[in-house]
Amino acid sequence: MTPAEIREEILDILEDISPDDDMENLDDEKSFRDQLELDSMDFLDIVMELRKRHRVQIPEEDYGHLASMNSTVTYLEPKMKDIVKS
Amino acid sequence: MSGLAAGIRLAHFDQRVCILERHYTIGGLNSFYRLGGRDYDVGLHAMTNFASKGTKKGPLAKLIRQLRFRWEDFKLAEQVGSSIRFPDVSLDFDNDFGLLEQEVAEKFPSQIDGFRSLCAALLDYSDMDGDDASFMHSAREVMANHITDPLLIEMLLCPLMWYGNAREDDMDFGQFSIMFRACYLEGFGRPFKGVRVILKNLVRKFRGLGGELKLRSGVSRIHVEDGRAVGVVLDDGTELRAKRVLSSAGNVETLRMCDDISEVDVARAGKLSFIESISVLDQLPKNIGFDRTIVFYNDSERFHWKRPEHALCDARTGVICSPNNYIFDADEGQLPDGVIRITTLANHDRWCGLSEDKYRAEKMIQYDAAVESAVRFMPDFRRHVIDTDVFTPKTIRRFTWHDNGAVYGAPDKQLDGTTHLPNLFLCGTDQGFVGIVGAILSGISMANRHCLQP
Repeated sequence: MTPAEIREEILDILEDISPDDDMENLDDEKSFRDQLELDSMDFLDIVMELRKRHRVQIPEEDYGHLASMNSTVTYLEPKMKDIVKS
Repeated sequence: MSGLAAGIRLAHFDQRVCILERHYTIGGLNSFYRLGGRDYDVGLHAMTNFASKGTKKGPLAKLIRQLRFRWEDFKLAEQVGSSIRFPDVSLDFDNDFGLLEQEVAEKFPSQIDGFRSLCAALLDYSDMDGDDASFMHSAREVMANHITDPLLIEMLLCPLMWYGNAREDDMDFGQFSIMFRACYLEGFGRPFKGVRVILKNLVRKFRGLGGELKLRSGVSRIHVEDGRAVGVVLDDGTELRAKRVLSSAGNVETLRMCDDISEVDVARAGKLSFIESISVLDQLPKNIGFDRTIVFYNDSERFHWKRPEHALCDARTGVICSPNNYIFDADEGQLPDGVIRITTLANHDRWCGLSEDKYRAEKMIQYDAAVESAVRFMPDFRRHVIDTDVFTPKTIRRFTWHDNGAVYGAPDKQLDGTTHLPNLFLCGTDQGFVGIVGAILSGISMANRHCLQP
């Protein structure tokens, strides 16, 4: 997956977790926590959804990388580059 | 309910889940039944933790997100308004916390600052894992640090104990904080058609994800080998193997099922059980002058929260609920019947010790006593009654299988959900949160914590 595709995938997961939020105005620089009011349970869900959908494993000590869209995509790029977008 | 919530989480993340229910219907305490052509709820007076559609924070928003529901699936009508009625003084509250504040300021002018400082001292939902040192403090003691009029303390405690306190006389401050937020800061709502709507949504979601739900399949034993739970044995002898077991049966009740435990300390089981006296009226309660959603009454200045030791029931305090007194949408209309439900304290052992004839007779006698007590705090509705039903601690035990028919389980909660076995966990009443929203959140958090963490 390209960084743009990874971004799409993360958006899709966020829409799944929080269907009432408008993702159009998401600022990729700013933290998810502040924009979408995600809490630790929601972050666990992002991790779990990535594992469910793409078998990507994210160890607990790396959860901090999932703070914003940009940091998440950067972190996931090496882990997901060989995955073919379906 | 906690089991269904946990099941949905696990099935969503591709685990194979089987939910086993002893009763022929689902829901435990929050179940429903049909009698004489009418629908009745068992537990539900009100759903606490009301939040309006789209709210981001709070327990209801969290469970909708975690279970991938839409707000429409939990569509709630707001309460009209509720009251706490003691002799000579009454406090009204609704889903706007400003009303309760105003009522306290009017009726207890010297206490309003203390009331506000108590609100500021409440624990947050994020402190509810029990690690906060004040979680186990006495709520009465903490309240007394802020409020000097004992009557206001009793009045504020009355609804919170009625809706979620397993301990006699006093309450843990953590549990007090949860209930204060759930009842006063968030408030009450009800799905138009009652608890069955929520149960139906939970079951549909669970089955849609491939989960298996077996009714009339009581677990008689949890099979233990080499210090691990390896499976369960059903009442009919069937054995199911499993990697992990989550039990919503209650703490003492679960331990008793384990092969490796020969004795459990039954003294740790809860004691508080209720009877519910239901009256169907020939018209809506508001037409006879009763517009309250819930009335929590107590007939003296001191609120007694204890199992009646020497009688079947204690009707000195009670809860009056009218499921009609919610603000339903115009397209929903009104429920088919006017209904008044009255809950009073009851002694499980005494009810279970009655012969079948005596049991039936006492249901009528105790119904009359409950209604007679309640009409001191509401208009007398007795000449409008066209049908009645009563359920007792015996009924509650049949639905929940809890020792003593304890409605809110054991007083000492196992907040982290762990047991003596590394792969057996508790969820539901005895893990921590109570009520409908509480039970669902318990299932979610225990599934997340013990069965989903990578």
